[in-house]
Amino acid sequence: MPTRTINQKEIDFDDEGFMTNHLDWDLEIAKAIASDEGVSELTDRHIVVLEFMRKEFAEKGTGPTIRRLTKESGVPTKELYALFPAGPAKKAAKIAGIKKPVGCI
Amino acid sequence: MNTPDSTPEKIKKVSIVISKGSLEGVYPGLIMANGARMEGIEANIFFTFFGLYTILKDYQDKIRIATVGNPAMRVPNAKGFPLPTLLGALPGMSAFATSMMQKEMEALDIPPIGEFVEMISDAGGHLYACKATVDMFHLNPDDFVPQMEKVLTVGDFYEMAAGGEIIFT
Repeated sequence: MPTRTINQKEIDFDDEGFMTNHLDWDLEIAKAIASDEGVSELTDRHIVVLEFMRKEFAEKGTGPTIRRLTKESGVPTKELYALFPAGPAKKAAKIAGIKKPVGCI
Repeated sequence: MNTPDSTPEKIKKVSIVISKGSLEGVYPGLIMANGARMEGIEANIFFTFFGLYTILKDYQDKIRIATVGNPAMRVPNAKGFPLPTLLGALPGMSAFATSMMQKEMEALDIPPIGEFVEMISDAGGHLYACKATVDMFHLNPDDFVPQMEKVLTVGDFYEMAAGGEIIFT
């Protein structure tokens, strides 16, 4: 299991690059992962998405579907894809420090 | 050069043809197109023949499961007994089976067709109608949902699909 030191913290990732413990997450870590994933800046709108994903994950043990995410976070589909252009499902989950999404939708 | 150990190149673009107008004919293509966009893969959908009902505004929410001619169909659930063709032909059977399946889909957050089409379009997927079918069915632009971008000939379709995979459903 790969480990990286970000902001003086040892962070564990799985083989696909998802954090194994979402509780290790903080904004500095998010920024570091985001820049690896080609998201150069985390705006307030990115943070809205990340926090919604983290809240869902904490409650349900899995990230939200894109449909739930757009309906409940207040970030519409078009904007979500603009925020995470190379595919919102996995990118946002990686940056949010949660596990890989399991649904097909 | 690909060596046996190298990771295969990622899929960058898919063009999906939806040719059937039953619920089970329409959803797989929509799910694949939406899933492509979720992964950052460029996605086009070309609706042809009865698949065109998916993007006809007055008909898209009337799409149903085929309960006749579907030997894999079981009731009351996927592990139940095979539905005899004659029972499948009873009035209301298709509507009933459709509403059962819609409940299961809603639980998985799979949207109804109209909403799904909108979602794929908002996600940057492109939706096209087949010219031959549009002519054959005597359709005009007003018949379509606004997400339908353009009516394409088969030649236009191949041009648009260049450089990607084509999936026929």
